[in-house]
Amino acid sequence: MLEQLPALQVVLPLIAAPLIVLVGRAGFGWAAASLVSWACLAVAIGLATRVAGGGVISYAIGSWPPPWGIEYRVDALSAFVLVLVSLVAAIVAPYARRSVAAEIEPDRRYLFYAMYCLCLAGLLGMVITGDAFNLFVFLEISSLATYVLIALGPQRKALVASYQYLLLGTVGATFYVIGVGLLYLKTGTLNLADMAERLRAVEELRPVLAALAFITVGIGLKLALFPLHAWLPNAYAYSPSMVSAFVAATGTKVSVYVLLRYYFTVFDPAPLFETLPTRELFIALSVAAMIVASLVAVFEKDVKRLFAYSSVAQVGYITLGLGVDNLSSLTGSIVHLLNHGVTKGAIFLLLGAVALRSGSVRLTLGGIAGLGRRMPLTSFALVIAGLSLIGIPGTAGFVTKWYLIVGALDLGLWWLVGAIALSSLIAVAYVWRVVEAAYLREPSGAVPAGEAPAGLLVPAFLMTALCVYFGLETSFSVAGAREAAELLLSGGRR
Amino acid sequence: MSEVAAHFSYWVTIFLMVAGMYILIARGNLMKKLIGLATLQTSVYLLYIAPGKLIGGTAPIYAEGFATYSNPLPHVLILTAIVVGVATLALGLAIVVRIREAYGSIEEDEILAKDRAEAGLED
Repeated sequence: MLEQLPALQVVLPLIAAPLIVLVGRAGFGWAAASLVSWACLAVAIGLATRVAGGGVISYAIGSWPPPWGIEYRVDALSAFVLVLVSLVAAIVAPYARRSVAAEIEPDRRYLFYAMYCLCLAGLLGMVITGDAFNLFVFLEISSLATYVLIALGPQRKALVASYQYLLLGTVGATFYVIGVGLLYLKTGTLNLADMAERLRAVEELRPVLAALAFITVGIGLKLALFPLHAWLPNAYAYSPSMVSAFVAATGTKVSVYVLLRYYFTVFDPAPLFETLPTRELFIALSVAAMIVASLVAVFEKDVKRLFAYSSVAQVGYITLGLGVDNLSSLTGSIVHLLNHGVTKGAIFLLLGAVALRSGSVRLTLGGIAGLGRRMPLTSFALVIAGLSLIGIPGTAGFVTKWYLIVGALDLGLWWLVGAIALSSLIAVAYVWRVVEAAYLREPSGAVPAGEAPAGLLVPAFLMTALCVYFGLETSFSVAGAREAAELLLSGGRR
Repeated sequence: MSEVAAHFSYWVTIFLMVAGMYILIARGNLMKKLIGLATLQTSVYLLYIAPGKLIGGTAPIYAEGFATYSNPLPHVLILTAIVVGVATLALGLAIVVRIREAYGSIEEDEILAKDRAEAGLED
């Protein structure tokens, strides 16, 4: 049974989806989605404990041995991301029942849960697979499910947001598959580990460089690398509350994982990067994201769009570590996958609770005026998650910034520390605008007094508690991320 | 010249790729954008399949009298990619239908103008 864990990780949600459609009831859909999410978390933790200490699990699907068959491969990095995705799923799924009941029409609710299960299966599959083309298929499974989930949003703008994401997401996936095609032409293999081996022997680098460019832009679109983030703000802002939380916490993170995989495992050989300014490029784009997107967030009136722009800035922190490219900064990057996932997940879950109480499809800063008096617990949790977003000591966000700053200082990049500090200051400004509206303005009529039902509050507070937990107790998060970063750096570069 | 002619499948691939991207970016009609997207995806099918074919090669079934075989793997991959492409196109078309129901238009500029007018009323 234990040997089958890697397959179960993907198969459980994949089977749950058609089952939910066959039964066709929202209650069953919710129960199945929640159970599957918890089971996935258990499987992910089981896998993580088995690879702890440098182990690698290789699982041959259908017993076809790699590199001919599709290989599922779990190492320190993929186990870390699997735990992140399934942890978020396990908290968000129970939240869905009340939130979906309020936002989605009754005859579509069971389909919503089926789509959620497919999205989860796709995301987990992208992380666990060791096959380049299988990764593309999982990427499209999760993307197609995400487009549907976003289109179910209560406003008609959700349709346009979903359509725009569909166009850009498909271009991204197509670019990725072009890159894979070029690599396949050059190496004759689709297994990522095998491909890395064979690329070392390739002497003509031009097709490989083209593949690198296509994969970077393609995955860059999916992870909302500045300036390829145009789809993200509307997609997060107009989707149902539960989808905002789930996609914001997991979607871009999994794409970052794919980029890390390609940069550090597949495109291993140093000659490829010696001729290219990839590090400078990533640092420049990341700093631009951290500052420009944060500034846009400061001037945004719609609360969900405000935090969506903040997500673009936070993705900047993650890719910054990729650009600085040493042990501390990569640890910072990888741990921020988890820290930002938890923080942004908590914020969107709390905003979902506010949306449910206010009954309005759109949350503006004016609309949440006086929230501190109307929903004191929710507002307090929102402040804590906001502090984690800024990076106050004692919260998860601080841990990330610490490692990023240490990484930058190791290379003597003082100006980068200034950029991180400046971006944090701008974050203070946009979080303050939310806090100011919630606590210092007179209550408007929009939000009635009283907290949201416990079905929403418990998951939201649990996620908020994790923001503080991962800020104080870093034995899982930082240790896991450091192990993953060491694994990446030992891949052969340098 | 022979160099160019020998790689004609690549030239066709590149033409389809660029034409698809151009339609996707330059057209404001949501349907036409999807046509551009489909063209872009089609170029990838060619990129994979053309190099898999060897001139004079047969299907990879071991038999007397045949020595060169074409590579079947790209065909299998592209079969999957075609399914993905069809699913994407179907979903895209479904969303366009819903957009037309909600906005009464499938022209991007008209939809954005309606969104802006709506936002103007709220502020």
